Amino acid sequence: MNSMVDALIVVVLLLNFFLLGTSRLRAVINASAAQGVLLGILMFFMHVDFGIKAVLIIAATIILKGVFIPSMLVRAMRDAAIRREIEPIIGFLPSLLLGALGTGASLLFAKTLPLAPQHEGSLLVPASLATVFTGFIILTTRRKAISQTVGYLVLENGIFIMGLTLILAMPFMIEMGVLLDLFVCIFIMGIIINHINREFSSLDTARLSTLKE
Amino acid sequence: MLLALIIAPLSFAVITFFIPHQRLRAIMLPIGGSAHLILVTITLISPQIAKPSPWLAIDPLNRLVLGLLSFLFFICSLYTPGYLRLRANRPNRVFCSALFAFLATMSLAVLAQHLGLMWVAIEACTLSLAPLIYFNHNPRSIEATWKYLLIGSVGIALALLGSFFLSYAALATGKPVSLFFNELVSDGVHLSRPWLRAAFILLFVGYGTKMGLAPMHSWKPDAYGEAPGLVGALLAGGLTSCAFLAVLRFFRICLAAGETAFAQQIMIISGLASMAIAGIFMIGQRDFKRLLAYSSVEHMGILVLGVGIGGLATFGSLLHLINNGLTKAVLFLAAGNIHRAYQSKLVNEVSGAMRRLPISGALLLAGFFAITGSPPFGPFISELTILRAAIANNQILITVLFLLFLLVVFMGMGTQILAVVQGEPSRAATNTNIKDHFLTVAPIIICCALVLLLGIYLPTPLVNALQVAANFLEKTL
Repeated sequence: MNSMVDALIVVVLLLNFFLLGTSRLRAVINASAAQGVLLGILMFFMHVDFGIKAVLIIAATIILKGVFIPSMLVRAMRDAAIRREIEPIIGFLPSLLLGALGTGASLLFAKTLPLAPQHEGSLLVPASLATVFTGFIILTTRRKAISQTVGYLVLENGIFIMGLTLILAMPFMIEMGVLLDLFVCIFIMGIIINHINREFSSLDTARLSTLKE
Repeated sequence: MLLALIIAPLSFAVITFFIPHQRLRAIMLPIGGSAHLILVTITLISPQIAKPSPWLAIDPLNRLVLGLLSFLFFICSLYTPGYLRLRANRPNRVFCSALFAFLATMSLAVLAQHLGLMWVAIEACTLSLAPLIYFNHNPRSIEATWKYLLIGSVGIALALLGSFFLSYAALATGKPVSLFFNELVSDGVHLSRPWLRAAFILLFVGYGTKMGLAPMHSWKPDAYGEAPGLVGALLAGGLTSCAFLAVLRFFRICLAAGETAFAQQIMIISGLASMAIAGIFMIGQRDFKRLLAYSSVEHMGILVLGVGIGGLATFGSLLHLINNGLTKAVLFLAAGNIHRAYQSKLVNEVSGAMRRLPISGALLLAGFFAITGSPPFGPFISELTILRAAIANNQILITVLFLLFLLVVFMGMGTQILAVVQGEPSRAATNTNIKDHFLTVAPIIICCALVLLLGIYLPTPLVNALQVAANFLEKTL
């Protein structure tokens, strides 16, 4: 079971690099959706006892992260008629290098934290930190509102991986809270993306600079 | 009873949403605001009525915040009908409902005794504020809302990661995990130290973003600048106090775990940095609502600095929480009136507010003197208490920097505020014929009188409540 979990986590980490190095928005959205589905499958392998609750959470995770949110983003992308992230603040190659450095640093940092016996040797904690870091890079270095939203999703995915370590000890409520947060947040962001679109006829947040100091 | 504090505003939100008439919706706010204040007063006076559950309870810390929050909302709700009359051309359905939703989620966040429940409440609160900031529906307010949502969501995401880390700190010891604050405090000694430290940093950054501590404050000037004045008052006095409460809860866990020096150091450095950055950005700020936002950054800095110094300063800091909340309401509401009358919030276009709007102008000036810590207003007492504690602890460097930053802020803010209130009314003054109206100044006068009263005389019940709260926070020392 543990080797399966680690294999899936390696795929999640590879997707991080793909996300950092791609300019096509459609591919980026798909990669983040794939990551979401992988997290749902990961949860499947982590759950020891299968209650109705566990099945519900897994299904909700996969549908929200893998289907619902990506399709909303794709629609926003079509409405705005943009396909690529052009001229990110940091180029794709440098951000890939930064991501690699971040992943390495996460592995080192996670070593300094004492783990519970059931997580010895597991990749969960470093993968969580590395994914959070990847999300941060995308969030801060891309100019398009859609890319920034994807960055936020990746960041949330990273936090979700951390949540997996607690899955047996954590109450149901928090897990639902995570999903709800994600759903509503993106929902509202979607509304705003539409408004930004109407007002600026572009989803380039660099144009949102009237309020710069 | 405690549940009623959350359900009442929530049902008001739903009712208001379905009221078809603009004016009627505006009148619902004072009704709902007073209902909440009455409920809170009953709960605070006779605690036996409130049946605490493990999830929701009144404790010495949150009763202060709850009282402040409810009173602040009451003042703002009295102000709302007068304000919305000036904005009759804007649909107010979502605005009024969102105000009630904000009150409900804030009450939940304050009363919550569980790490996860508090997090969910603060997240919901963040969302309910978005339509309030977006009220004006123009490009500038979209930009402000986008920034607020994005930075706010990242903050709240980091707070969640911090919560997970804290849970793991409990899990790593191999004991059953409980995420109720009281149990985290009583089990504090057993928490895994490296995880706890990492968790505190993440939680401090996360909830610090909500408070608007530098350098995570960049959403604040935009949101406060573009949102209506009364939303600014609720943000600066309500949301930030609520986030401060969250920081205090985790600070308490750190103290219980024996990480006092570590947590205090973070609080002191971050507090001084916020004061410094606020001071720098205030100099030459040409927009008086943004100026108030930086003042909020500064005072959040003072709050965490006080708790970081500890002892008597914790008492001062908690008193300052109340003083700051009330004074911010005076400032933001008065500034909102001036903004409406001049149709501008730029210092070089607005002057002579004292003549154009005698009462709002005078209140803005009084609010300025109060917030910069001039006697005889309330903030003077609380800032002096923090200063005395720093001197008594022989923290010379902190004392000097604290005084220096206060001076910089006083000068930076003073130049702009005086330019607004003094002189001849500028050309922008004739943009509208809006005058001071009973409905838009009376609530501010009540608030200002209270700030003055707190500076002259501290009622014994309040002093006791503050002392109990300070002991509650630090009793594990």
